[in-house]
Amino acid sequence: MTDASRPEVEDTVWEEREALIDRIPRWIAMTFLFVAVVAIWDLVTRMGWVSAIILPTPAETLEDLIFVGGNLIAGEYMVDALWTTTLTVAYGFLIAAGIGFSLGVLVGETKFGERAVMPYLVAIDTMPKVAFAPLFIAWLGFDIGSKVALAAFIATFPIVVATAAGLYAASENERLLFKSMGATRLQTLLRLKLPTGLPYIFTGLKIASVGVMAGAITGEFLGGGRGFGALIRQSASQLDTPRVFALILYLSLLGLALYFTVVWMQRYFVFWNKAEKPGGIG
Amino acid sequence: MSKVEPLPLELQTAVPQSLPVYEIERLSKTYARNNLTALSDVYLTIHKGEFVSVIGTSGCGKSTLLKIMAGLLPPTTGRVVLDGRPVLGPRPDIGMMFQQATLLPWKTTIENIVLPIEIREGRAAAKAAHVRAMDLLELVGLGDFPNVYPGELSGGMAQRASICRMLVADPAMLLLDEPFSALDEFTRDFMNMEFQRICMERGATAFLVTHSLEEAVILSDRIQVMKARPGRIVEDVRIDLPRPRTLEMINTQEFGEIVAHIRELLGKEAHE
Repeated sequence: MTDASRPEVEDTVWEEREALIDRIPRWIAMTFLFVAVVAIWDLVTRMGWVSAIILPTPAETLEDLIFVGGNLIAGEYMVDALWTTTLTVAYGFLIAAGIGFSLGVLVGETKFGERAVMPYLVAIDTMPKVAFAPLFIAWLGFDIGSKVALAAFIATFPIVVATAAGLYAASENERLLFKSMGATRLQTLLRLKLPTGLPYIFTGLKIASVGVMAGAITGEFLGGGRGFGALIRQSASQLDTPRVFALILYLSLLGLALYFTVVWMQRYFVFWNKAEKPGGIG
Repeated sequence: MSKVEPLPLELQTAVPQSLPVYEIERLSKTYARNNLTALSDVYLTIHKGEFVSVIGTSGCGKSTLLKIMAGLLPPTTGRVVLDGRPVLGPRPDIGMMFQQATLLPWKTTIENIVLPIEIREGRAAAKAAHVRAMDLLELVGLGDFPNVYPGELSGGMAQRASICRMLVADPAMLLLDEPFSALDEFTRDFMNMEFQRICMERGATAFLVTHSLEEAVILSDRIQVMKARPGRIVEDVRIDLPRPRTLEMINTQEFGEIVAHIRELLGKEAHE
């Protein structure tokens, strides 16, 4: 059936090239990056380009990591500090979630909230919230209370904004549907707007989980006490930089734990929203 | 509460058959905010078992008309009466369907279908309505999917589920706001035929807002042609094609003439 005037042509099968970086598994990429960073770090310190007080060697840091880890496992004084900070973060987060959600519903659901309350919230949100720390210490003392207050204060606003945005997320047609079914305002809020807004609310909670850590540690820097932040400040004042690095690393585990608790809750409660997240973490 | 009121002349002669289900008289809607007259002096009577469409360019007020009929929006003047009782808000005997299926993603298909009952009568009544919902799912060909979440349904399947939700409370009147316009053309043709079958099986009375001429002609007994500024019905076109309609009818001369007639009516406005 071939046309005599046309030469036989081969199938034009060709392969699309995929970049190397897209083909390697994530754990290999992560390991590679880690090794590269540590190698450069090691080189920089070994060559004496940076003073050991400013940047300790990876080996020193590892030593301190093991020491702090041992201290934590053995249940010595650092456990007490970590527990204090964990409590501060937990209380701060729960208070922020409670207040943030309530204010978010007020702002997102009522005209009064939207028109009268929201401008004040925006005004407060634009202030550097850490600057309120001395006030909280003056009001609540040097105990855990002032740290919880600062942590909660920082973490509240993202939750307010996210909740309010979430309540607006239901589409016009969905609202009309509920109206046409004769749904009350409360029914519309509970059965439509809140469930629709859950993905937004969880995004707010994730941002808050990062903020609450920052708030708690800042509070402990400024207000002393027995938390991890105080330990870090103490080590830093003794120029014990490896210890600071080690403490920060363990502290980040607390932050990760909180963050992934929120992620896990989101997966459980927002089971229908399977949208791919970039990076696949959270 | 029976009342025999004189119908506007043109409608009286147009449809002499069964009982009027829906009656609209001297209806107008003015938005005070921008002094816009969305609807002016609309008369419309829909009889039991009739399928009426309204067609017009965007902004001609057809969506406003639908919202007033659904009790979602109050009219400025006029009377809107369904089954002998004035429409003064959303009513359980009105079933609605929208451009999107608007199924709640956290509820299964069958839970979505009984939602109108859950909202009005509570969870126990909704549970009891599952049997009826199952029958409806069979009717639209979704009998195998009661416990599937909407995220797993295709666009056409989701709209079929929303047909079930509209029918679950056995409404006297169906109001449809461009229900299949978000679907692709082939699915849309199929859904129109399915919808005709469902309406015929149940003897449903329906009012459809659309801007697809073919869709309006293939589904309707009468088409209300609307024009904008102010929104008004300029012609009541009767479609005498035999039932059940088939997609092949689109190629007949009669169909073509009706489409051409309406297109001319609306085309003139587009130039104005």
